[in-house]
Amino acid sequence: STQTRALKYSSLRSTGLRVGQVLLPGDQFFCEAEETLSLSATARRDTAVCGPGLRRSGDRVLVCVGGLLRHKAPNVFWVQSHSKRYVPAKGECVIGIVTAKSGDVFKVDVGASELASLSYLSFEGATKRNRPNVQVGDLVYAQFLVANKDMEPELVCIDGAGRANGLGVFGSGGLMVKVSLGLVRRLLAPGSELMADLSGLFPSEMVLGLNGRVWVKSSSVQQTLILSNLLQSCETLSPDQRRALFHRVKQGTL
Amino acid sequence: MKDTPLSNCERDFLLKAIEEKKRLDGRQTYDYRNIKITFGTDYGCCFVDLGKTRVMAQVSCELVAPKETRPNEGILFFNIELSPMASPAFEPGRQSELSVKLNRQLERCFRNSKCIDTESLCVVSGEKVWQIRVDVHTLNHDGNLMDAASIAAITALCHFRRPDVSIQGEEITVYTPEERDPIPLSIYHMPISVSFSFFQQGTYLLVDPCEREERVMDGLLMIAMNKHREICSIQSSGGIMLLKEQVLRCSKIASVKVSEITELISKALENDKKARKAGERCGFAESMPQERITALKMDETPVEMKNVTEKAEDIVKKYEAPPQSVPSPLVPAPGVGQVGQGQQNSWGLEEEDGESEEEEEMVVEDQPKNKLDQGECCK
Repeated sequence: STQTRALKYSSLRSTGLRVGQVLLPGDQFFCEAEETLSLSATARRDTAVCGPGLRRSGDRVLVCVGGLLRHKAPNVFWVQSHSKRYVPAKGECVIGIVTAKSGDVFKVDVGASELASLSYLSFEGATKRNRPNVQVGDLVYAQFLVANKDMEPELVCIDGAGRANGLGVFGSGGLMVKVSLGLVRRLLAPGSELMADLSGLFPSEMVLGLNGRVWVKSSSVQQTLILSNLLQSCETLSPDQRRALFHRVKQGTL
Repeated sequence: MKDTPLSNCERDFLLKAIEEKKRLDGRQTYDYRNIKITFGTDYGCCFVDLGKTRVMAQVSCELVAPKETRPNEGILFFNIELSPMASPAFEPGRQSELSVKLNRQLERCFRNSKCIDTESLCVVSGEKVWQIRVDVHTLNHDGNLMDAASIAAITALCHFRRPDVSIQGEEITVYTPEERDPIPLSIYHMPISVSFSFFQQGTYLLVDPCEREERVMDGLLMIAMNKHREICSIQSSGGIMLLKEQVLRCSKIASVKVSEITELISKALENDKKARKAGERCGFAESMPQERITALKMDETPVEMKNVTEKAEDIVKKYEAPPQSVPSPLVPAPGVGQVGQGQQNSWGLEEEDGESEEEEEMVVEDQPKNKLDQGECCK
């Protein structure tokens, strides 16, 4: 019926006027909301989906993060913010630094407010007798198994089937830099131009952690330094500037 | 909050890069980062950007009773605040070791060098003198807080104007800035500190270390000098042994840097004086952009591009061709032949480390393309 509509899209029409504008935490949108949501009915086209940065409370949609309001057709809204502070989320792959070995568990720093724990059994082929070769200060690429605000985050270096699949200890000879979270997501997006341009420069290895850490290694120290500097400057370059800069780098005239 | 720990890979890479005379941001060994000096609206407020390190100095004055031992000299008070805004390693309230060290260095640099004429700060001998207080707040820590703090402090002192005072018999009149123009402090010379960081037990030297370089350094030498080549203060920390020639060389480098920085400060003060005279809006208010979210302002990244492109032919010429002979097959047991070596077991226990070194040496010849990696392991 016309009454039972969860978060009517048309009532969020006011958000259409604000798409692409700056929102601050505390801004809110009023809209009609129903009390009960029918489980049998499929999601209607009229329902709006609140992405990161927007939270629904009662009959209002609250903005929690400062940034630009973005909209993806047909009905997804989110707030795009420039952030460098990482909040652990389940399933994300991050680069961590091992800070301590306590008993059977490694304490790993992922750049969040707490240290995450990584059990030594969560490596491929690890058993109680066969311990993984992980030292304090090593870099480890792992995935979050548990990550919510009530519990200590837990990492694992294997996937569901017990295979390493690219996770684990790595990192001799490269350089790790810290970039914003948005840049890493841009690099990881499928068909990313940024990634294609970067990989076309020098033969290199890169590990991208969703916590804003990127590890780069190339065949010489100079090339590694150049790649890491270019990566950090890509945040603030427009596509044209970036292409011009990379062109100059390729010619070696920079 | 605790600071991010330094991973082994970063430390190794930084030390390797320093051995090849490369710095993270492409500077040369003796280069300073970009120094930017801006002033606030009040007299005595100064912001200094040394690359990404940012500090603010504020000078204020107050009439107080002088010290008993020095009844006709003014009082100078220096204070550096390590704000948690600057780095997650700084905690509010607690006086950390770094904070004590910076405070002490700043005091030694300015007070002991007598750069300010304290006798001119006396109003009534034995009763009232000016107390000049310099507060330096760190806003962002990207290495070398000491240099940035010293530049900010001396610039703020040069920029500061104290209220004019007149004495008629027993009466002291302190004029407000509106009644009479405030007068500047009398400053004899401008001491500026230059920091040198040492790596690998004094073998390598870098001027103006950034935060990551500071983390891997062995020791730090701080020389405070003025443009007349007088050393105001020298301090060595970290416990490394330095040779006499090294210290002399550092002082020569410091004198060059100090004269450059002093010129920069004088220019900045001149520009500010001109702007204020012309009545333009000066200070922090003018540097805020209009009606825009203050996006992260990033300067052009300097990228060092010399010696980078190795042509394919160079690479091929540099590496020897793999040995023509195939290694002869081993016969470990009757009926079993072995050609070549397998890969190293990465789950190996500690006792096997000795053997693994030799095995890796042998593998090098078979795989020239991995030579660089293997070369590091075998060092």
